[in-house]
Amino acid sequence: MGIEVLRIFFRFIILVLVQVVLLNNIRLGGYINPYIYVLFVMLLPVRTPKTLLLILSFALGLTVDVFSNTLGLHAAATVFAGFARPGILRALSPREGYEADSSPTIKQMGLQWFIIYCVVMVLSHHIVLFFVEVFRFSEFFSTLTRAFLSSIVTIIIIFISQFLFGSTKTSK
Amino acid sequence: MRNLFLFLWRNNFLLLFLILEGLSVFLMVENNKYHNASFLNSANKISATIYSAVNSVTQYLYLKENNEWLATENVKLRMMLPSNKIDTTTKSSLIKDTLFNQQYVFVNARVINGTVNKRNNYLTLDRGYNAGIAPEMGVVTDKGIVGIVKDVSPNFSTVISFLHIKSKVSARFKNSNYFGSLVWEDNNNPTTATLKDIPKHVVFKTGDTLVTTSFSNVYPENIFLGTVKSSEIKPGDNFYTITVRLSTDFYSLTHVYVVKDLLKEEQKQLEAKQDGN
Repeated sequence: MGIEVLRIFFRFIILVLVQVVLLNNIRLGGYINPYIYVLFVMLLPVRTPKTLLLILSFALGLTVDVFSNTLGLHAAATVFAGFARPGILRALSPREGYEADSSPTIKQMGLQWFIIYCVVMVLSHHIVLFFVEVFRFSEFFSTLTRAFLSSIVTIIIIFISQFLFGSTKTSK
Repeated sequence: MRNLFLFLWRNNFLLLFLILEGLSVFLMVENNKYHNASFLNSANKISATIYSAVNSVTQYLYLKENNEWLATENVKLRMMLPSNKIDTTTKSSLIKDTLFNQQYVFVNARVINGTVNKRNNYLTLDRGYNAGIAPEMGVVTDKGIVGIVKDVSPNFSTVISFLHIKSKVSARFKNSNYFGSLVWEDNNNPTTATLKDIPKHVVFKTGDTLVTTSFSNVYPENIFLGTVKSSEIKPGDNFYTITVRLSTDFYSLTHVYVVKDLLKEEQKQLEAKQDGN
């Protein structure tokens, strides 16, 4: 349990650093900003208390906000992703339910399950993020395009990171 | 009352979600004001230290361009040295110039963090109020405008880039004095902006130069903004919609100047009196 908490803590710091130092500087055609830090919310253990999930999401979003001078923006989107997560997990739950100490990873839930989970989570985060950022509907389709293109890149990066580093997280 | 508490307790997840979202929106609204004493931005100690460290590495990537840029600047300045000029006066004495007083003072700064690819972009500079920088000062380069200072800490400041949904700069044609407002709207391209409010009858050509007007109390007059790239009149509209190629290269911003208007307070006080009546 203690090791799991420590691992989650380091995942938080590493994801925030990767996001603000590396990915915030990526420029792909003026459209695409991958926001990989949402992976932190995705990988929390299934049995994380719901209120703790929301508070961690808010803390994560606010930390990214402080670094990118957009106070409240990432917090709003990440809290929404945290709010959506229990519903998404329920909708995707396997026939026999989740094991007591499982985490939503490729290793534990299978590749096909993780693809669907990843796509739904990333889209729910990115769409809220991009629309809150623009805060008007007059640029509806251009914002939607940006959200979708960025989601695709985020999902690809998440998969690469999961194949590179995911295997170490199997020990219980 | 008991039922109300029971209801809140049963829906505490939804309630907490609404509270946190509300808090986020509140922070966002607060953050969009120019004057706020918030320390939760990239000018605070921890994030500014991290950005400085990263910047001390990444600046090596642009060393060549920067050297060239500084060398050109040096040549320009060297030509202004008194020793390179011929003295045409016969008698030299100190003259206090009463015809021209200094209005604008420039402070140089380095960009240590910034984006160009978001809908709203911000920059962080390595100078703060210790260097005399205050909110609402303009930021320019030798090529054009960059943005407006938002927050300052002792050694750092954050800047709202011109590449922002709320940016609006008064611009005029250099050769005809017709003016309009330059905005960064409906386009995600950091190299262009849109010029609005130029009436139908104005004559101009592609490639015409745009400069700042004297209306702004952020930027000095006649700062280069960009050139006309293309123009159209939307059906039923009486004004041109002009696409402008920005002269500032936001991709390679490293050294900028912060503009301090020495007469701003005087102008503001006078105008405030007018509003009071």
